[in-house]
Amino acid sequence: MTEKILDVKDLKLYYKTLKGYVKAIDGINFDIKRGEILGIAGESGCGKSTLGNGLILLKKPLNYISGQANLNGKNIMNLKNKEMNTLRFKDISIIPQFAMDAFSPTKKIKTFISDIVSQHNINPDEKFFDKVRERLDMVNLNHSVLNNYSIELSGGMKQRLVMVISTLLDPELLICDEVTSALDVSSQRFVANMIGDFRDKKIIGSAIFITHDLSILYQIADRIMVMYAGHIAEIADSDTIVKNPKHPYTKALISSLPKNDVQYKDEQLSGIDGTPPNLLNIGEGCRFRFRCKYATDICAKQTPVQEEISSGHTLACWNYKKAGSDKNV
Amino acid sequence: MSETIMKIDHLQKDFSIGLMSKKKVHAVNDVSFDIKKGEIISLIGESGSGKTTIGKLILRLLRPSDGHIYYNDKDITTDYKNKRDYYKKVQGIFQDPFASFNPLFKIDRIFDMIFKNFIESDKNKKEKINDALKCVGMNPEFILRKYPHQLSGGQLQRLLIARALIMDVDVLVADELISMLDASTRIDVLNLLASICKEKGMAVLFVTHDLSLGYYISDTTLIMHRGNLVEKGKTSLIYNNPVHPYTQMLLKSIPDIGKRWDKNEKFLPEDINKKIDDFYKNSDIKKGFIEVEDDHKVLFSL
Ligand SMILES: Nc1ncnc2c1ncn2[C@@H]1O[C@H](COP(=O)(O)OP(=O)(O)OP(=O)(O)O)[C@@H](O)[C@H]1O
Ligand SMILES: Nc1ncnc2c1ncn2[C@@H]1O[C@H](COP(=O)(O)OP(=O)(O)OP(=O)(O)O)[C@@H](O)[C@H]1O
Ligand SMILES: Nc1ncnc2c1ncn2[C@@H]1O[C@H](COP(=O)(O)OP(=O)(O)OP(=O)(O)O)[C@@H](O)[C@H]1O
Ligand code: SF4
Ligand SMILES: [Mg+2]
Ligand SMILES: [Mg+2]
Ligand SMILES: [Mg+2]
Repeated sequence: MTEKILDVKDLKLYYKTLKGYVKAIDGINFDIKRGEILGIAGESGCGKSTLGNGLILLKKPLNYISGQANLNGKNIMNLKNKEMNTLRFKDISIIPQFAMDAFSPTKKIKTFISDIVSQHNINPDEKFFDKVRERLDMVNLNHSVLNNYSIELSGGMKQRLVMVISTLLDPELLICDEVTSALDVSSQRFVANMIGDFRDKKIIGSAIFITHDLSILYQIADRIMVMYAGHIAEIADSDTIVKNPKHPYTKALISSLPKNDVQYKDEQLSGIDGTPPNLLNIGEGCRFRFRCKYATDICAKQTPVQEEISSGHTLACWNYKKAGSDKNV
Repeated sequence: MSETIMKIDHLQKDFSIGLMSKKKVHAVNDVSFDIKKGEIISLIGESGSGKTTIGKLILRLLRPSDGHIYYNDKDITTDYKNKRDYYKKVQGIFQDPFASFNPLFKIDRIFDMIFKNFIESDKNKKEKINDALKCVGMNPEFILRKYPHQLSGGQLQRLLIARALIMDVDVLVADELISMLDASTRIDVLNLLASICKEKGMAVLFVTHDLSLGYYISDTTLIMHRGNLVEKGKTSLIYNNPVHPYTQMLLKSIPDIGKRWDKNEKFLPEDINKKIDDFYKNSDIKKGFIEVEDDHKVLFSL
């Protein structure tokens, strides 16, 4: 077996509010192997960013409740901020959702980069920028972008720059949160391939690639983890998730992907009826049960446990045998 | 054909940037198109090609460098009075949802402001708000008490849609409004938009990167590249018979679920630009923005 870079066990991360806890990550188990790209998909609000951000920095009101997130065998949930700071960028780095919009409009790119790395005690000297230039070459950006203002660059160029900056210290694990969502399809394809390229060239060790867009995940992720309302529904290799999903939510999600040949005026596609539950003070039970046509009594009483049904294929559903064999989703 | 409610006429927007404003970006370059009542137009293109700028010009958040925008035959680029009346009928939803909300107000207060500013009567206010929220798949009880920072990106985008639903507008500029939603929610939101367009005659300028959804939802498709409108026409014509190399490349790169990408095709933006320049250079018979068939125009040279 390949070694695990990250091993998450029964992790719970809750937002503390005046009314109680928003249980955004509620007892999840998964791991990432060295050299692997793990895709995370799921409905908006299901906890994808909470998980990504929580692994980098626990910022109020987000609270660590219990469980483990072992990075190279060490539980980073227990680290003091100071210790964690030594890991950031080198061991674990993140490209946050909407990072592309964070470039300062009044600073040249070079100044912007200098300012960021100085904050992390790196000296932005010429030697440093030689490395930056080397990386710019790899992503097909002209060195002259360093003298541009961000508004002179297209979204695709900015996202490539963000990639370069977040990976300068060759992180072992890179978390990418919706990095392709705001890009046109060709830039999407370029940026997605870049992540794979960086992995192959060992610039990054492994990656977590968060997006709601399953068709992109299918292209670049080795395995896909589908989340629903703070829980994990299913984890499997990308072919299984797309072609042979077993969890009722994954099945419904896959079947609502747009077909390329349907127009609204001729035929109306449909989504999944209902809405995700409110995570505030939410209790036991399967969180998908209000929308699930396979739901039975037990689904309301007990939270389904994550179970490995075959090698590398994990599910959390009481009735997966019935649901999984049902072709008509 | 149904009536034109908005006419975009040779619109131009240049930005000056850098110290002493030395450099110029032609963000929108000589763009013209009509918006008809009840029509859904998708605006698709490279990132940075000027889509958001067009939206902002229509919403009067920017002034054009040249050209005109007519709303019901009135030139809104010169007639700058009655901004409020205009905003009752023309509204926008923008790409970065976090920037669209006042972080200090809870969501219920934000909805109250809409009624105060844009809607004559408070009649059935609560009902209207609740209905709109349910339409976009959200639980009013949960959402209304939250501050914007307590919500996820996709939840905020749906709130923006609910806001537009309540306002009953003529033209909605929807800039990437579904970019953060998963497949099933996207379809619901689009079906909802389409049904409103049909029933109420609302027109939508739907800025998107998702070509499959653009095909699903829109009557007309506009393709932008580097500030230029490079192809426009009836959606089925554009998708079945793309002529401009940029459109062809876009349609070729739609991710097809279940089929792996060809690793040798790099889709380098720089290569694509070169191909387009060659196309302009070599199309010496046809010049400018020309009709290739009924309701289908293509840019053959700059
Ligand atoms: N500061 C906060 N306080 C309370 N609840 C919060 C806070 N931030 C997020 N939440 C809630 O936590 C849940 C998970 O949010 P998160 O941002 O992780 O979702 P996501 O899966 O990344 O969604 P998206 O795809 O829309 O980005 C949501 O229900 C959200 O409303
Ligand atoms: N791309 C990244 N990869 C890894 N860690 C990061 C990344 N971006 C930020 N961090 C870390 O996350 C922490 C929080 O970043 P953030 O910018 O939110 O800090 P902050 O609390 O606003 O501090 P400051 O006052 O310095 O801006 C920082 O310690 C930083 O080291
Ligand atoms: N305020 C500004 N000052 C200077 N340049 C600007 C300004 N706003 C936009 N631009 C530039 O105008 C061009 C068009 O930008 P715009 O945001 O309209 O593109 P877009 O098609 O919406 O891109 P995306 O798909 O990435 O959202 C870009 O080159 C951009 O950098
Ligand atoms: S546990 Fe029950 S409600 Fe949940 S997905 Fe399975 S069958 Fe449906
Ligand atoms: Mg998110
Ligand atoms: Mg900061
Ligand atoms: Mg834009």
